[in-house]
Amino acid sequence: MSIAVPHGTPALATTSPVPPEPAPAPVNYLNVSHTIWSWLFTVDHKRIGLLYLGSISVFFIIGGIFAALVRMNLMSPNGAILTEDAYNRAFTAHGVMMLFFFLIPAVPGVMGNFFIPLMIGAKDLAFPKLNLASWYVFMIGAAFSGWAVLVGGIDTGWTLYPPYSSRSSQSNILPGVMGVFISGFSSIMTGLNIMVTIHKMRAPGMTWGRLPLFVWSLYGTSLIQLLATPVVAVTLLLLMVEKAAGIGIFDPTIGGDPILFQHMFWFYSHPAVYIMILPGMGVVSEILTCFSRKNIFGYHAVAWSSMGIAVVGFLLWAHHMFVAGISFYAALLFSLLSMLVAVPSAIKVFNWTATLYRGSITFHAPMILALGFLVLFVVGGLTGLFLATLGTDIHLHDTYFVVAHFHFVMVGGMVIAYMAGLHFWWPKMTGRMYSDWWSRVAAIIMIVGFFLTFVPQFIMGYHGAPRRYPNYPQEFQIYNVLSTAGSSVLGLGYLLPGIYLPLSLFFGKKATANPWSATGLEWITPSPPTVHNFDATPVVVCGPYEYAIGVDQMGRGLPEPPGPGGSDGPTGPSGPMKKETEVVG
Amino acid sequence: MSASTHSPVLKHHFDDLGQQHASERLGIWMFLATEVLFFGGIFGAYTVYRLWYPSEFVLASSHLAWKFATINTVFLITSSLTITLGIRAAKLGDRSALLRYLLITAALGTAFMVVKGFEYKADLHERYVPGPMFQAEYAEAVKPIATMTHAQAEAYFAADATKSHPDHEPWARDLALRNHEGSTAAPADPGKIQLFLCFYYIMTGIHGIHIIVGIGCILWLVWEAWRGTIPPENYSTVEVVSLYWHLVDAIWLFLMPLLYLAGIGYGHH
Repeated sequence: MSIAVPHGTPALATTSPVPPEPAPAPVNYLNVSHTIWSWLFTVDHKRIGLLYLGSISVFFIIGGIFAALVRMNLMSPNGAILTEDAYNRAFTAHGVMMLFFFLIPAVPGVMGNFFIPLMIGAKDLAFPKLNLASWYVFMIGAAFSGWAVLVGGIDTGWTLYPPYSSRSSQSNILPGVMGVFISGFSSIMTGLNIMVTIHKMRAPGMTWGRLPLFVWSLYGTSLIQLLATPVVAVTLLLLMVEKAAGIGIFDPTIGGDPILFQHMFWFYSHPAVYIMILPGMGVVSEILTCFSRKNIFGYHAVAWSSMGIAVVGFLLWAHHMFVAGISFYAALLFSLLSMLVAVPSAIKVFNWTATLYRGSITFHAPMILALGFLVLFVVGGLTGLFLATLGTDIHLHDTYFVVAHFHFVMVGGMVIAYMAGLHFWWPKMTGRMYSDWWSRVAAIIMIVGFFLTFVPQFIMGYHGAPRRYPNYPQEFQIYNVLSTAGSSVLGLGYLLPGIYLPLSLFFGKKATANPWSATGLEWITPSPPTVHNFDATPVVVCGPYEYAIGVDQMGRGLPEPPGPGGSDGPTGPSGPMKKETEVVG
Repeated sequence: MSASTHSPVLKHHFDDLGQQHASERLGIWMFLATEVLFFGGIFGAYTVYRLWYPSEFVLASSHLAWKFATINTVFLITSSLTITLGIRAAKLGDRSALLRYLLITAALGTAFMVVKGFEYKADLHERYVPGPMFQAEYAEAVKPIATMTHAQAEAYFAADATKSHPDHEPWARDLALRNHEGSTAAPADPGKIQLFLCFYYIMTGIHGIHIIVGIGCILWLVWEAWRGTIPPENYSTVEVVSLYWHLVDAIWLFLMPLLYLAGIGYGHH
């Protein structure tokens, strides 16, 4: 195989020597100690990342079970398996679990914790104990919300709008909201830790302009976590007080305004969707450039668009309230601002596409998923513009069109990107390669299953099917049946990694230090990394994606990239790479 | 590189104390930003209702115990001074002065909470608490004057106020009289008075929790200083706690006018 160098880029006559493959460290962060306490009291960012991985996987399964219940119930126009009340509780449990206990902590908690210090050449995050505390706080929050779901559930929808939630609902509002409130502090702790780490812990030479784009995206994410989460915290606190005391500031009987809750709630919860999607964008930026063997196109544009999304994301919360009775002029302004956020998102998509152009693309599982992200995110993003447009939103508001749009971005975008990141970094995290063939099959099944599930929802939503109703007219049944059938394919796609990834721990080939021939600092450590990440603090001399000249961030040559793949799977280099003869002009 | 690299207070994952202190400072400032947003949400909500219901908010505020709050303001401002003197003592390595200033700060914080407790007790005694207690007290004040003329109602309440154990609380007299049929003043909605009181209890309650957390942090510093683990090169530990303490003080400086001084011009005292 050969490395394609884009036209106009001179092939370097001299390339840096490829460093010898580092010997697998006899003591790494996984085998340094084995007791349960060494995990529960660890302050190692890598172990805490795995604690998050374990817990959010469980919450993903719980949220997925509720999604399956919802979809199965919708097979029949009058509800196939659940009572109407149980249906309300099922979709609320799905939303609460997936949003607060999977999507928000997923990439920052697992990959942010694990890879931010490795990528910037640090020994750990700035505040290791705070990091551990964040996991405990998260688990306490999850325990509250999980308990609320188990002992009967919440029936308000994840948005918890008063006065229904504060006065009418007889479900477990208090423990459920308390859980979300508590887990918010975990999110703040993680964001603060990552932000301080990026500011203060970078290795020599790791300038802001050399930060991997994943780090930039998590910087934007952390900014939102820091500045938006406290607002929803106080909002939920006010709601809890109102529920517990029977009187409060959203209570219309004493002059309180429930719409104010919606403003305060969405002031967080709209930026929160960027907490969810921005890390995914960072993951995809890493993968697309690695598997097309090309420098990222428009590094600064992609980096700054993350900040653009983070900032503009704060200014458009009221587009969730176009039919809630806000003033016409406010709605007009928020409609305009909502369209504005499409600009940095589009900048990213165009730059990713340009990165692919004339690259030497190989289709390993992370790349298939990243390409799937690209397509699904474009659909999700463009349908978002339909909803930002005031006139069409009146028609589409609270229909399945919104559900489909949201899931295209959050599942098609974020969950796929999370899966892509998991497959990309799995060899580094565990030291093992998973089945190449099965992972490709699973990636394709996930993407196809996703389309089958949510495209019918766009159609039925456009024809007016309202979301959250347990019953629907006969004419919508075909779409619901199609969607449920698709969701079973999607479920199979998620089930497969749940099988072959754990199996790889026991039967997978040992991973080399840099199985994908990637440029980041995380790949210069052995797989799995040693306890303190680096034997000596790395000195950074190159940008993050010098694939054209084939050097990593320390200016050293890259091992041979994995081939197009096959039954052997990517096993890394088998011998020294003869780069001079293989670079084509 | 030599002295600071081997300092016992240097944590393993930092290169030197400069990096460690810079990280701690940046971390606490970012945390303060989240606190500002946390209180910002509730200040924002207060602002909305204050603009919607100005007369009720002024009336409700005028019945809060501003004297307690003034004493508490003095306590907190003084405590900000003492903790800053504590930083200086830590920097100079004067352990006894550090302990002294930290204990004074913690004592001032505790004094604040004690005064606050007396204030809540007085509020409770006056039944100035939103919900059934407020509604019952208000109904008791409205009932006897329902059939009176306005002048009779005024005389009735004036007589009540002179009793050693008045039948009605001052705020209930004031509100009932203002909403009486013959009153020339614009009526004040008792619901919106309770709305103000919701803000009063929630805002001072959250602030009080922050004070208690701050006292806890200062007592932890006392313990650390007493053990001798705050050497001069690690004075930033004191600085970090002091920044939090200053923020909690600063929030009080906003709560004081919003809650207590809003009604200071309302003429019934």
